[in-house]
Amino acid sequence: MADRFSSPFDIEAPAGAEGWQNLYSYSAVFSEERRDYEDGGFWFHDGVHWPEALTPWDAGVFEVAIASLGQYNTRHYLVPPAYGVDFRILNGYVFLSPVPAPEADIEGRVPHFMERAGFYFANWDRLYDDWLVKVRCLVQQISELDFSPLPQMEDLEVITSGAGRGSGDRLLSTYHRLLDHVLTLWQYHFEFLNLGYAAYLDFFGFCKAAFPSIPDLAIAKMVAGVDVDLFKPDDHLKSLARLAVSSGVDDRFNGASPKEVWAALATDEQGQAWIAEWDKAAEPWFNFSTGSGFYHSDKIWIQNVEVPLGYITDYIVKVKEGVDLNRPIEALHTERDRVVSEYRELLASDEDRETFDAKLGLSRTVFPYVENHNFYVEHWAHSVIWRKMRELGEVLKAAGFLAETDDVFMFRRSELFDVLFDLYAGWSVGAPSRGPSYWPKEIERRHAVHEMLRGWSPPPALGIPPEVVTEPFTVMLWGITSDSVAAWLSSGEEGEEGVLSGFAASPGLVEGPARVIFSADQISEIQDGEILVAPLTAPSWAPIFGKIKATVTDVGGMMSHAAIVCREYGLPAVTGTAFGTKTIKTGQMLRVDGNTGKVTVLD
Amino acid sequence: MSACPSAIPFGNLAAEYHPQVGGKCASLGTMMQVGLPVPPGFAVTTRVFVDAKEASGSKHRITEIVDGGLGPLSDITQEALESVAAQAREVVMTWEIPVEHATMIRQMYADLCAQSGVEDVPVAVRSSSTAEDSPEASFAGEHDTYLWVCGIDDVLEKIRCCWASLYTGRAIMYRHELGYDHNQVDMAVAVQKMVRPRAAGVAFTLDPTNGDRSGICIDAAWGFGEGVVSGDVTPDNFLIDKVMWTINRRTISPKTHAHLLTDVEGADCPQVSRVELPEDQVNAPSVTDEEIIAIARLARAAEKHYGCPQDIEWAVDDDLPAGEDTVLLQARPETVWSKRHRAVGAKADLVSSIVDTLVNPLSSRKGAERG
Repeated sequence: MADRFSSPFDIEAPAGAEGWQNLYSYSAVFSEERRDYEDGGFWFHDGVHWPEALTPWDAGVFEVAIASLGQYNTRHYLVPPAYGVDFRILNGYVFLSPVPAPEADIEGRVPHFMERAGFYFANWDRLYDDWLVKVRCLVQQISELDFSPLPQMEDLEVITSGAGRGSGDRLLSTYHRLLDHVLTLWQYHFEFLNLGYAAYLDFFGFCKAAFPSIPDLAIAKMVAGVDVDLFKPDDHLKSLARLAVSSGVDDRFNGASPKEVWAALATDEQGQAWIAEWDKAAEPWFNFSTGSGFYHSDKIWIQNVEVPLGYITDYIVKVKEGVDLNRPIEALHTERDRVVSEYRELLASDEDRETFDAKLGLSRTVFPYVENHNFYVEHWAHSVIWRKMRELGEVLKAAGFLAETDDVFMFRRSELFDVLFDLYAGWSVGAPSRGPSYWPKEIERRHAVHEMLRGWSPPPALGIPPEVVTEPFTVMLWGITSDSVAAWLSSGEEGEEGVLSGFAASPGLVEGPARVIFSADQISEIQDGEILVAPLTAPSWAPIFGKIKATVTDVGGMMSHAAIVCREYGLPAVTGTAFGTKTIKTGQMLRVDGNTGKVTVLD
Repeated sequence: MSACPSAIPFGNLAAEYHPQVGGKCASLGTMMQVGLPVPPGFAVTTRVFVDAKEASGSKHRITEIVDGGLGPLSDITQEALESVAAQAREVVMTWEIPVEHATMIRQMYADLCAQSGVEDVPVAVRSSSTAEDSPEASFAGEHDTYLWVCGIDDVLEKIRCCWASLYTGRAIMYRHELGYDHNQVDMAVAVQKMVRPRAAGVAFTLDPTNGDRSGICIDAAWGFGEGVVSGDVTPDNFLIDKVMWTINRRTISPKTHAHLLTDVEGADCPQVSRVELPEDQVNAPSVTDEEIIAIARLARAAEKHYGCPQDIEWAVDDDLPAGEDTVLLQARPETVWSKRHRAVGAKADLVSSIVDTLVNPLSSRKGAERG
């Protein structure tokens, strides 16, 4: 077994992607100036959140997100052993490196952490209620940003009100505000998350000390909520399907385009009532990405109505067959209570039971945030951000800077200041901007580079692995453990032929044919009774969990979306196999053992 | 209290008779009455043992042999022990079962045959001493068990053999070490319909490697469980979570031998002997996943009934239909970890405990066990 991964400095650009570095911030790429530091570290690819090569603007959001994570560990709560997580982009892919606090600083950080984290834990419910208000307000502000085109002539009102500033000022400052909002959004995102994980890990550690063999998923089951916001979009689809059947408009869902279906619905009262119900559910719940939410290219239900419409059409068939689509909420509650009371009863002393109750209580207090924030930030707010950026793209396209609206995502975050200034200056002066003759060609070049990067697959890690992976958030968020690092190092060298190992994320043992899919666009290929094999799954794939027998993912741990959803649907899942989509071919017979985390290719 | 009967079916074994039937029978009776799947049978009470002993007139002879033949604990040699044991057993084997008791036992056995629909139904004849299976001392394996005993004459003979096994060298030594008076320990006997096990073994309702009470640990081997108990076969081992019912660990051992039923020339009944296994069974799991869970559920049911960790013997009976073929042969309290206190004792203050968790994460902790 090798004792280290490749140096980031030895990884070459894929052919045709030379010069990829200038698609990204100068500070986000590996460089000679920081070589000593970078070469001595351990960098893992974060395929949970960023499985694909990033476009320049999406990369900007990634940088903001990870910097914000660090800020809370390092500067806000002073998490004693952990600073932030450093981040780089290599060949378009994301690599992360947890930074430990210097040994000598740990003790000094403890009292601060106690005070600061203690405050949040003690006031969690109130602060979380405030958070929900803050984040909704922020989304509102983002959606109100005005990226309308620069006018031929300012309105008279600009003159008569004595505003003294006009549309050019508005356009430039709106983009500034958008970036500010993105930063604020990510501040909010990490306001609670790390503390939430810390409380969960503490309960986790207690359970492991009391019951050394307790399965991770038993602990997850005791803490996880049953009725979480992440399931609401799917619940609404099911209600809409039921409504279509009960109000007799189900014949309109005939596989036609959304436009045709809507037109057919609009012809009578029942149909209009259904549309009204749809509209109520759609905001905000269908601001739901088919991916992780971190890519502008992820399809969002509300803008790709054919996606939820397809799910509703499938559900309508099931409703008519008499299938009960309800999640068994009551049964899930009962099962959760049973698991808790049985472990509790097995504890050795009343003191332990008291401690167990307190830790479980805190974990359950913090967990709604852990489970729900993802919808508000990555799905809802990001949907609005991508939408706003497309409005800006329209403006630039109309001005001849871009060939396509989505080309706006081929600009770096900060580059757009200059681009917009160029647009503004040309508009102000009444003379040509340089952009239209400069950018289309450059953007075409960037597309070509990005296309090459998309075809490349990143190694799971780079650099020198730590002796043991202890950083709690790395374990919790990314499912990276000493074991998984060892498995990456020895991949292809040993191990049973045809057997993949991952996290035993949801129990059960099944066999069935594999369906390997790489993106949400392929979801419709999945047939009843197949085993889904994917790099990762998104919460919005929930409707297909009624079809499949099991899930195997390349990335993710016990708390990954695939794990949560599979437990909810009672399907076996093995997550974090690293090589599932590379090893398994569609049609191969698989045995998925969600009890042990093993996936066996049977033929 | 009315006079204790000579023999009592497990299904009718009232608690008032528990002192006269020994730990094993009492437990079988209780388990049957709470609905655990125990093979049917009856207890031959200590009254029969005591009456036979009195009738023989050789009670004092035993005391002379044992107390006279053995000095202080530290001076006992293996030779002396075995010689004393052999003499004592020889005396016990001269005891006759008084006629009125023998009649009762014949009737019980006939009933068992009728119930099973088998003439001379094969039974296990098991020792059930009044000292064994107390929480302080298991007496596990100290006395004898006879398997596949067929016909009433052989049953009566093996009952006497069980009495005699009160005086095996190891049983004498065990009582000696624990300070039991040899004369105060009586022997009852369990006569139980034989199962024909495809696989059998033992199960603990905790993980014996660390005392984890959430685990159920199963040792399993092909055929009879005797090899698992005596240790002359290496069993498969499984660890099951008793709340989630997942199989968390499985070790399939090479099982070169098994205790199986074999025909013996000249004998009326087949006998259990240790034989070599064919190649295809050596490395194959001796129980299926469904059976593993069924065994674990059985063990857990016994634990819930008794309210403390159990050490059970089980078998998968080839004569019974799938799904109902897992039977409980015996259950006794687990004696090792039950004596230890295994509390976690984490910090009560939540935030300080979180600091501990962060600074000293689980993945870097080794040997978190506390005795």
